Amino acid sequence: MSEKGIRIGGLSKRYGKGDTAVDALKHVDMHVAPGEVVGLTGPSGSGKSTLLKCLGAVISPTAGRMTLGDQVIFDDGWKVKDLRALRRDKIGYVFQAPYLIPFLDVTDNVALLPMLRGVPNGEARAKALELLTALDVQHRARAMPSKLSGGEQQRVAIARGLVNQPPVILADEPTAALDSPRAMAVIKILNEMAHKFQTAIIVVTHDEKIIPTFKRIYHIRDGVTHEETGEGRGFE
Amino acid sequence: MISLAGRDILQAWGKFVFTGVGLGLLIGVTLSMAGIYRGMIDDAKVLLDNSSADLWVVQKDTLGPYAEPSSIYQDTWRGIRGMPGVARTANVTYLTMQVRQGERDVRAMIAGITAGEPGTPGWPPYLVAGRQITRSHYEAVADIASGFELGDRLQIRRNHYTVVGLTRRMVSSGGDPMIFIPLKDAQEAQFLKDNDAILQSRRRTEANPAFNKPGSPDLLGAVIDSQTTNTYVNAVLVQIEDGYSHDDVAESIRRWKRLTVYTRAQMEEILVGKLIATSAKQIGMFLVILSMVSAAIVAFIIYTLTLGKIREIAVLKLIGTRNRTIAGMILQQAIALGVIGFVVGKIVATLFMAPIFPKYVLLEPLDSIFGFIAVVLICVLSSVIAIYAALKVDPAEAIG
Ligand SMILES: Nc1ncnc2c1ncn2[C@@H]1O[C@H](COP(=O)(O)OP(=O)(O)O)[C@@H](O)[C@H]1O
Ligand SMILES: [Mg+2]
Repeated sequence: MSEKGIRIGGLSKRYGKGDTAVDALKHVDMHVAPGEVVGLTGPSGSGKSTLLKCLGAVISPTAGRMTLGDQVIFDDGWKVKDLRALRRDKIGYVFQAPYLIPFLDVTDNVALLPMLRGVPNGEARAKALELLTALDVQHRARAMPSKLSGGEQQRVAIARGLVNQPPVILADEPTAALDSPRAMAVIKILNEMAHKFQTAIIVVTHDEKIIPTFKRIYHIRDGVTHEETGEGRGFE
Repeated sequence: MISLAGRDILQAWGKFVFTGVGLGLLIGVTLSMAGIYRGMIDDAKVLLDNSSADLWVVQKDTLGPYAEPSSIYQDTWRGIRGMPGVARTANVTYLTMQVRQGERDVRAMIAGITAGEPGTPGWPPYLVAGRQITRSHYEAVADIASGFELGDRLQIRRNHYTVVGLTRRMVSSGGDPMIFIPLKDAQEAQFLKDNDAILQSRRRTEANPAFNKPGSPDLLGAVIDSQTTNTYVNAVLVQIEDGYSHDDVAESIRRWKRLTVYTRAQMEEILVGKLIATSAKQIGMFLVILSMVSAAIVAFIIYTLTLGKIREIAVLKLIGTRNRTIAGMILQQAIALGVIGFVVGKIVATLFMAPIFPKYVLLEPLDSIFGFIAVVLICVLSSVIAIYAALKVDPAEAIG
């Protein structure tokens, strides 16, 4: 069976050892297909960030399997050699705080990612500008991040997550700092991008405004996920 | 790829420039210290060059005349003059003392030089103004570093001298300007007692029946004369005829005259190796301390700048930036700081320190190159802690 998208099965993560050990994830299963945007919710301390870190190849799970397309990333303690290159090439990140690099202008914040993969500067900037235009922040292309509004920063951060056209994008509370219309705009963009680039997008959120927009939501509590199929209003 | 270090510096250029200027002042002082050491060596060489001597004949077993007192009989030169290979000889005395002019006084090295024509060993080889000493008394040639001018009247001990000529770059190995006066005057100045001492000594001699014999009235006069005149000089400077080995002539003077003789190379060794050695060690210590302070400053600044970027570094790592790239960014910033500091330091040393420093400061290009390499090395080493801190940053920190 040829796999598509990102899939995890029986994924567990234990922090620490012995009496103080914390089982942050317990046999989590999850699958996100290309072009799909799914939500991930759960109370504080339930394991959302831990799951995101595993999906993002930032930490390694204690047990379980994760595949990205045909590639096995983790398998019961085994992991691919170069997680750094995997993150660079396959995964896009969008955070709650945009965490833009303060000493690079908007274009170079986005263009840095293709540059890290060896794309020539001019080509990388052209690609960045294309995405900034798609996200409607091209007019701030030469501005420094500190001069942007919260919504503009978030859109630049989304452009950065998308610029390498990774098969997976992880978004952590991307709308928390935004008002309702802007939050909806961001979700709309994510849906469009997922469709356009066939990206699997996972959005961690508490945001009641946007939860109804997801067709599928994974709810996590005490390290265990439950899949819920919502009445997604649809943005296609 | 763009230069992350360069962009960060452009963004925070104020911080870099201010730190660079502060570091630059330290580096300027460091370069000046090295320049002072070079200046001392150069002063010593100029002192030896300008004496136009090939050999220095001094009191047996002393390091005279510059590093130790030396005293030899004033007629010794005659015997040396007759030896094979010796072209010219001249007596010389040196004494360092305060020279008064009106209200002020200047510390100077007084050189007593024998009468003769220009080119006589011990004479200043060239003047920047005025003429050489022509009378056998009360004329002086002064180095312009003393601040004296032509026609000035100086007082050395009890006698007054008129400045008839000026020299440049004629200083002792301690950096004091030189003042040339006739040998006889210098001998007198060196051994001169005050009036009371002379009177007392005269009275004691008169009271001694061995000197004051009723039958021989001339004896007392002769004894008193010998007590009050100085028949010693500090050294005999020797010029060697062409075609003779300096070492051979020195050796034969040593053997036949039972005196200590130094060649130019040996004299330089004494001045640099013994006379200047203590100052050189002090300067060396200062260089080490200044280097450590500079290193501490660079390390602290680079570490602080890096800690201020922990979040960005976590993001850079999360998006797949190589550790090498992140370390390179910090390293380049440290080196940039060092380069700014060095440029500022070089300017400070050249334009401000060297001209106003009361000693000759010789800024050698080679020292600057070594200084630059040292600064870069110090910056590289100082960035190690910051790089270590940056490499320890967990990319997971970028995700809540
Ligand atoms: N680095 C860590 N070391 C030890 N325990 C951790 C660590 N990170 C998270 N945990 C624990 O794992 C559980 C899940 O945390 P987290 O994934 O941050 O949840 P959420 O993001 O949903 O708030 C919590 O009990 C938390 O205390
Ligand atoms: Mg969390």
